[in-house]
Amino acid sequence: MSFTKKPESSQTPLSQSPQKIAPCCDPLPFIQTTNLSLSYNHIPAFKNVSLTVNRGCLTAIVGPSGSGKSSFLMCINRLVDLMPECRVSGQIQLHDLDILSPTIDVLQLRRRVGMIFQNPNPFPMSIHKNLAFPLKEHGITAPTHIEERIQQSLMDVGLWNEVKDRLQASALTLSGGQQQRLCIARALVLSPDVLLMDEPCSALDPLSSGIVEDLIFSLRGQYTVVIVTHNLAQARRIADYVGIFWNQHHTGELIEFGPTQQIFENPQHELTTAYINGIRG
Amino acid sequence: MNKPRLLNDSLLPTLAIWTVAGLVGCAFLWLIGDVIWQGTRYLSWEFLISPPANAGRQGGISTILVSTGLILLVCMSVSLPIGLGAAVFLAEWTSVSQPFSQFIRRSLDVLASVPSIVFGLFGNAFFCQLLGLGFSILSGGLTLACMVLPILIRTTEEGFRALPQDYRLSASALGLTKKSTLFHLLLPAAIPSLLVGFILGLGRAIAETAALIFTSGYVDRMPESLLDSGRALSIHIYDLSMNVPGGDQAAYATALALIACLVMLNSLSSWISGLWARTRILTT
Repeated sequence: MSFTKKPESSQTPLSQSPQKIAPCCDPLPFIQTTNLSLSYNHIPAFKNVSLTVNRGCLTAIVGPSGSGKSSFLMCINRLVDLMPECRVSGQIQLHDLDILSPTIDVLQLRRRVGMIFQNPNPFPMSIHKNLAFPLKEHGITAPTHIEERIQQSLMDVGLWNEVKDRLQASALTLSGGQQQRLCIARALVLSPDVLLMDEPCSALDPLSSGIVEDLIFSLRGQYTVVIVTHNLAQARRIADYVGIFWNQHHTGELIEFGPTQQIFENPQHELTTAYINGIRG
Repeated sequence: MNKPRLLNDSLLPTLAIWTVAGLVGCAFLWLIGDVIWQGTRYLSWEFLISPPANAGRQGGISTILVSTGLILLVCMSVSLPIGLGAAVFLAEWTSVSQPFSQFIRRSLDVLASVPSIVFGLFGNAFFCQLLGLGFSILSGGLTLACMVLPILIRTTEEGFRALPQDYRLSASALGLTKKSTLFHLLLPAAIPSLLVGFILGLGRAIAETAALIFTSGYVDRMPESLLDSGRALSIHIYDLSMNVPGGDQAAYATALALIACLVMLNSLSSWISGLWARTRILTT
């Protein structure tokens, strides 16, 4: 699987605010969920979510707290398997792979589907080892290959120049924004197809948040990104598609999904209108 | 009009806290001061390297130190791997709410509070008699291992549980196996708490008397093997002060040696823990 790298996105300077440009993604379905439902301890978190994420696009999931956005995200890389008493039904298709099939190799799936969390969580190791450790665990042991990939991923997240002289320093000495970019680099170093991001900017200060947001925007086209965010303005700035989750009768539901422009300028659901106008949520 | 200063809101609690703290501090200083004062007069290099003579009234504690070291060695080489394995199992493979793990935890907590004499009797019945090990360093060490395990397991388990859940989640999200997450990420990060558990356990073991009287015996000659009987420092102190008239000075000196051992072990573990944090966890 390879994506066509679009020069305009990969060359977006991190220091500048991204301008809304023509979608660089292919309108080809890449992740499809069908009637996806999830419950914790028999209490439904969300139900009947059917949506299509296009290849290379940036899809934002927004909605109030408790509407099941993060749980939805964790279904795509089967991280919900770690949650006790969690039950998932429905179907998720990643290209030709049935994600919920009990026979798939979950570790390989998670290599293809990287995830970035709300709080930057580098491992308590050096910057270098944070990136080398997952590579070695996935069977990439040639030192030159490892160094190349580490350098490339750090360059991709705009961190190379800041840390190239102190790769052996602890990752915990980096600032919050740098740590989050390192976590993104740690996901990128495994060359995933999909990146899941669970509110990646919400624990950062405004300046770092802006840098990370620019970075996420620059990933469009190269990776299929699904981002959960509480920040409607951010979703509007960076996403190609937006899905609105809403808590209906104590259960999350996808009430509307579509291209960003349509969702913000011509919403079909009255709750979407209220939400994006700040009346509800 | 202002209240008298003594009845001032903040003065009284401050005074009470300082009094309590002072009392605790004084009791500790009195105890330690007495042992140091009486012990240093008798303690010398000669005392540490010569064997006891005349039931311990004369000579030194070299054989006692060797026996104690061997008992601790047996105790720790058995309890550390079992303790670590059990702690990892409880922290990483069971949840707090599972009935099975709750049962194990409850049992460990009860075991941790069982009086040492009960462990001594168990050790005598099981290791000395049933397994035929007799009064030996091996029996003593194994009995101490049983005694130390509950503390070691619970402290190490808490250490693992105290590690951020983010580590496990992000390692899983990277497709890392549970085994490599454990060995490369969680275990190195939990080393300081493992050391704390080790020192707490060692402290309990080195100061133990009751459990050892029934298992390792109190022969004070140099042990020739692990199946030989051997006298531990704490038993030596007990024997000198209770059964040997005129042995008080040697008892004080032995007590001082025991306290010095504990302080050294404690400092060593803090030093290793700090070194580990600086080199292994934070910078490599």
